Amino acid sequence: MRLIVDHITRYDYERPVRGLVQSHRLTPSVFQGQKVISWQVSVTAGQTGEEGGETPGLLGAEFTDGAGDRIQGWRIAGPATRVTVRVQGEVETADLAGMLKGHREVINPCAYKRETAMTAGSAALEALAETVSDAGGQLSLAHGLSAAVSGAIRYQPGVTHAHTSASEALALGEGVCQDHAHALIALARLRGLPARYVSGYLFADSSGAAPDSAAEAAHAWAEIFVDGLGWIGFDPANECCPDARYIRLASGFDARDAAPIRGVARGGTAGDEFMDVSVAVLSADQ
Amino acid sequence: MGVFFDEMNGSGGGTRIPYARLEEWLATMPKELRSLKQAEAEALFRRIGITFAVYGEGGDPDRLIPFDMFPRVFSAAEWARLDRGVKQRAKALNMFLVDVYGRGEIIRAGRIPANLVYQNEAYEKAVVGFVPPKGVYSHIVGIDLVRTGPEDFFVLEDNCRTPSGVSYMLENREIMMRMFPGLFRENRIQPIDSYAEILRRTLASVAPVKCKGEPKVVILTPGHFNSAYYEHSFLADLMGVELVEGQDLFVDGEFVYARTTEGPKRVDVIYRRIDDAFLDPLCFRPDSMLGVPGLMDVYRSGGVSICSAPGAGVADDKAIYTYVPEMIRFYLGEEPILKNVPTWKCAERDDLKYVLDNLGELVVKEVHGSGGYGMLVGPKASKAEIEAFRAQLVANPSNYIAQPTLALSTVPTFVDEGVAPRHVDLRPYCLVGERIELVKGGLTRVALREGSLVVNSSQGGGVKDTWVLAE
Repeated sequence: MRLIVDHITRYDYERPVRGLVQSHRLTPSVFQGQKVISWQVSVTAGQTGEEGGETPGLLGAEFTDGAGDRIQGWRIAGPATRVTVRVQGEVETADLAGMLKGHREVINPCAYKRETAMTAGSAALEALAETVSDAGGQLSLAHGLSAAVSGAIRYQPGVTHAHTSASEALALGEGVCQDHAHALIALARLRGLPARYVSGYLFADSSGAAPDSAAEAAHAWAEIFVDGLGWIGFDPANECCPDARYIRLASGFDARDAAPIRGVARGGTAGDEFMDVSVAVLSADQ
Repeated sequence: MGVFFDEMNGSGGGTRIPYARLEEWLATMPKELRSLKQAEAEALFRRIGITFAVYGEGGDPDRLIPFDMFPRVFSAAEWARLDRGVKQRAKALNMFLVDVYGRGEIIRAGRIPANLVYQNEAYEKAVVGFVPPKGVYSHIVGIDLVRTGPEDFFVLEDNCRTPSGVSYMLENREIMMRMFPGLFRENRIQPIDSYAEILRRTLASVAPVKCKGEPKVVILTPGHFNSAYYEHSFLADLMGVELVEGQDLFVDGEFVYARTTEGPKRVDVIYRRIDDAFLDPLCFRPDSMLGVPGLMDVYRSGGVSICSAPGAGVADDKAIYTYVPEMIRFYLGEEPILKNVPTWKCAERDDLKYVLDNLGELVVKEVHGSGGYGMLVGPKASKAEIEAFRAQLVANPSNYIAQPTLALSTVPTFVDEGVAPRHVDLRPYCLVGERIELVKGGLTRVALREGSLVVNSSQGGGVKDTWVLAE
């Protein structure tokens, strides 16, 4: 499937910032499930409410880390009250039933057994994890855990926030893709399987996605490591494994660790930061 | 407690040779002169401003660590063995770090359990696959040693991140030379003043590949409120390099720069005295104000060197410690020259049972603790303290390790009543860059309270000048 992405993140600052430093993981992962046709990230700085007169950001260090993520640093010289990050590209995807085939990474899967504040276990998570049988092996256990999360946390935007933990989301019984992913990571770890958070994009066409499902274009899911097969994606928010509708960007312990954009503003007196994100993922296929 | 080995008097049998001249010195020193000199030493320390604030203690944050004028002495032969043992260990620890951030051969070979390494909190996923210049992660390895007999040295712990205290090693010598120049004429004491130059050379030797010309080295401090700030500024002065805080550095393009009065200057090597978690809010704790945003991206793309390298802490974890002899055999094919203290891992059921049955005789420490906090010294603890600790231990066994109470050697120490034996340890500072070097000396810490085995400055410890005699 050919997917076209247009992802704009706009930061507005109450008072001008002297400058910003950002670290991006906004490049599609390299594996058999996706091939970049074109991809471009631009960063511009300007003033809120004023069109034109924008200055481009300056490229920083660029490298691929041990997880296989492409990292690109940026510096933005101020003063600016608005910073815009725009990702535009086209990717050819294939359905590998969630498998991350041909992905080059050097981190031992064991390193993903560590819990973070967002994916820490709780009695309720443990109880949920124990409802799934491992009699059918690791793969069937992983599918079972993903289904358990889908059943326990209903898709409902606006209930949880960026810092909601897996155990909090489970207690609420509602959440968004981030909460589903955190909960699945927690369950997998509790059952001894390495698991991690993946950030990316999702194409949801009008016929495929029901109105109450997680049709968020900026999407997140989880990957679980299964012996003999490697990393396999699970999307409890949509009750499936990632297929040709998904574009994978980056991974980490949790949402913070896998964030596609991390940044810090220099200036100290910048006041509040407001972020506005718009993502469109379209199909180029006729 | 049993009989302790005294480094001056042995186990009875006359003064040991390295201390022969000190015996004379002591015998001929009038008591008035001693208190005069002690006052002078304190005044000197105050004047140079060396103080050590200790976290969580309250009281005077700028208090002095007590300095004891009676030196601790090693013969050339004794030191030669320590030198080989310390360097061997520093080399193996660095090979271990390169390995576990690479292919993990030692784990594949089944010599160290995977979970101890990969699930360790100090294991930094962010640096996997990146090999720092010259394959060195830990550039300053502080190895804490104790002695129990003429030939018996044990490694208590390794410090691979940013071991502090070297300023005391240097200042103690400086003060002793000023107060007792005669002693330095009569004894052939190896100098240690080359430490700063060797440190500078070591740091320069690990400049990143992208560095052309003479590397610019800086020391990165969390600031003046840090307990070791004195040491940071002291070392910067001695090496002739700049002392900077996070806000003095910034990332631009593929490099890191320091703001200076003459404009931005590119920085090649950062000797950091702040923890990994605070180095870069874009990679680690997002709320950290102490570090440099973007630093880790520059580091991982070869634009700057960070000493010690992020992730080095996985080698000095107390749970990993028990495997260091195994590392030496695995990487170097040698037998360890310095012994480990036998250690029980409370995470393991049999070990835990033994520890709980013998709490009264053991020292129990937190796996991630330091500074002598959160530990139980069984033989010194009351019944109530032992029971309180037992509850903590049972609640979270994997957080603790236990060791036998070692009969630490003693060195004569000035006390109110005259001279009395007090227990000591030793921290030599091994420098690892293109070469592995160790100055002939270290920091001797002494437990000033009678009978105490805890030498930490936060727990009533003091320091001594440490001599290594020439052949």
